[in-house]
Amino acid sequence: MFDTLQAFLSGFLFEWLAIVITLVLQTVSVVLPIMLVVAWLTYAERKVIGYMQVRMGPNRVGPVGLLQPIADALKLMTKEVIFPAQSNKYLFIIAPVLALAPAVAAWAVIPFSDGMVVSDINAGVLYVLAVSSILVYGIIIAGWASNSKYAFLGALRGSAQKISYEIAMGFALVTVLMIAGSMNLTEIVNGQKGGVLHWYLLPLLPMFFVYFISGLAETNRTPFDVIEGEAEIVAGFHVDYSGMTFGVFMLAEYAMMILISFMTSIMFLGGWLSPFEGIPVLESMFAWVPQLGWLAFKVSFLLFVFLWLRATFPRYRYDQLMRLGWKVLIPLTIVWVFVVGAMQYFSFGPWFN
Amino acid sequence: MGKFLKHQIKTWGLTELFKGLSVTGKYLFKRKITVRYPEEKTPLSPRFRGHHALRRYENGEERCIACKLCEAVCPANAITIESEERDDGSRRTTQYDIDMFKCIYCGFCEEACPVDAIVETRVFEYEFQERGPHIRTKEDLLAFGDEHEEQIAADRAVDAKYR
Repeated sequence: MFDTLQAFLSGFLFEWLAIVITLVLQTVSVVLPIMLVVAWLTYAERKVIGYMQVRMGPNRVGPVGLLQPIADALKLMTKEVIFPAQSNKYLFIIAPVLALAPAVAAWAVIPFSDGMVVSDINAGVLYVLAVSSILVYGIIIAGWASNSKYAFLGALRGSAQKISYEIAMGFALVTVLMIAGSMNLTEIVNGQKGGVLHWYLLPLLPMFFVYFISGLAETNRTPFDVIEGEAEIVAGFHVDYSGMTFGVFMLAEYAMMILISFMTSIMFLGGWLSPFEGIPVLESMFAWVPQLGWLAFKVSFLLFVFLWLRATFPRYRYDQLMRLGWKVLIPLTIVWVFVVGAMQYFSFGPWFN
Repeated sequence: MGKFLKHQIKTWGLTELFKGLSVTGKYLFKRKITVRYPEEKTPLSPRFRGHHALRRYENGEERCIACKLCEAVCPANAITIESEERDDGSRRTTQYDIDMFKCIYCGFCEEACPVDAIVETRVFEYEFQERGPHIRTKEDLLAFGDEHEEQIAADRAVDAKYR
């Protein structure tokens, strides 16, 4: 991204200055839209859940409540940040930052369309996995620094849950890497060219579900939000957080949700590729949709599914959650790794040629 | 064996989960039952028990005869009545106060009244921001009754055959 701008700027500026300016612009152009999407995702969540519960959802601030996120942000920013008396002040304030930073940093390798990526590194999948698992440090530190038993229980649950589901998630991605033969996210998408049948969704259908379920657990969304579990541990790791420190945790959670949706659509749903590729009439009919448009469509559908699941399912009990992670998802992924290996050996379908 | 297979298909096909999702998915498109209050209002019964009012006869004579039945029946002791003989020899109140903070809107005063003087109206959109105005005096209640007499009379007429 922005290579021409960098070339243009280095014509009359210092080389390093041009690089710094383009890097800052790149970062802003990725982070700012994400933050806006996060803001209106909270609105969408309240609206969708409201509609599924046969009520209106927020509809007071602005037309059909569209300015609600701004009102929420103003409220959070003007509220006092309370430090518990026995808490560790430094860790307490660092924890939300540690939660948000990886959720934003992971976007560096996400391609938005062909070539539209901040840094097109070859270990993209690995980078996303590594960075998104750092997120749990924010939660653990928040639970520890609050010096409250509820917060600490939430943090412990969080760390155990993340470790369990990271394995299933990693194995699900291994199957993708086996087909794609690359860790570069752009190449993974380009490997799915040729219409719906060429997407990795079909040969990896169980892995798609496993990845999405692990993603739910990874982002602490219902039915896996035992970290917050307001019935048992009040609000888990962020009981003691108020005002914008709490808001930053929310930002991190929603940014992670969007990240998981992006990863799912890149890995399994053909990223920015049109689903009508290779179908004679439909392909030309939808030729006007930009690549980013297809990706945005897939991502918003997955985000809707996130909200849909939240409106539908009750929270897992903690031991059931662990059972699902270790006894169901991980064996299933390992079995499917072998299935994919077999499919590869026999050059099965359009995916392994 | 068939049972085992069925169970496995049910488990791995996530059928129960999809059933649940279809239910919430249907509700997404259902008609919403929310009443957007200041713009929309729910219909009120003619028996609605809101703000109190004292009524008059058609010739302008106040109905209340200071029998103090309402004061006696009031479970919250919200009503205070003082009475005196008027110049023409009839018994009338000099003081008729309702403490709106105490009132529980049970409607017993209205039931007890032999002359339909004290009534509860449909009006429920009022508020008190300080002590003082929450004690509605005889003058307030009479004025309120005059203001809403049309609605009050209509509501009584509808409900008359059930009394």
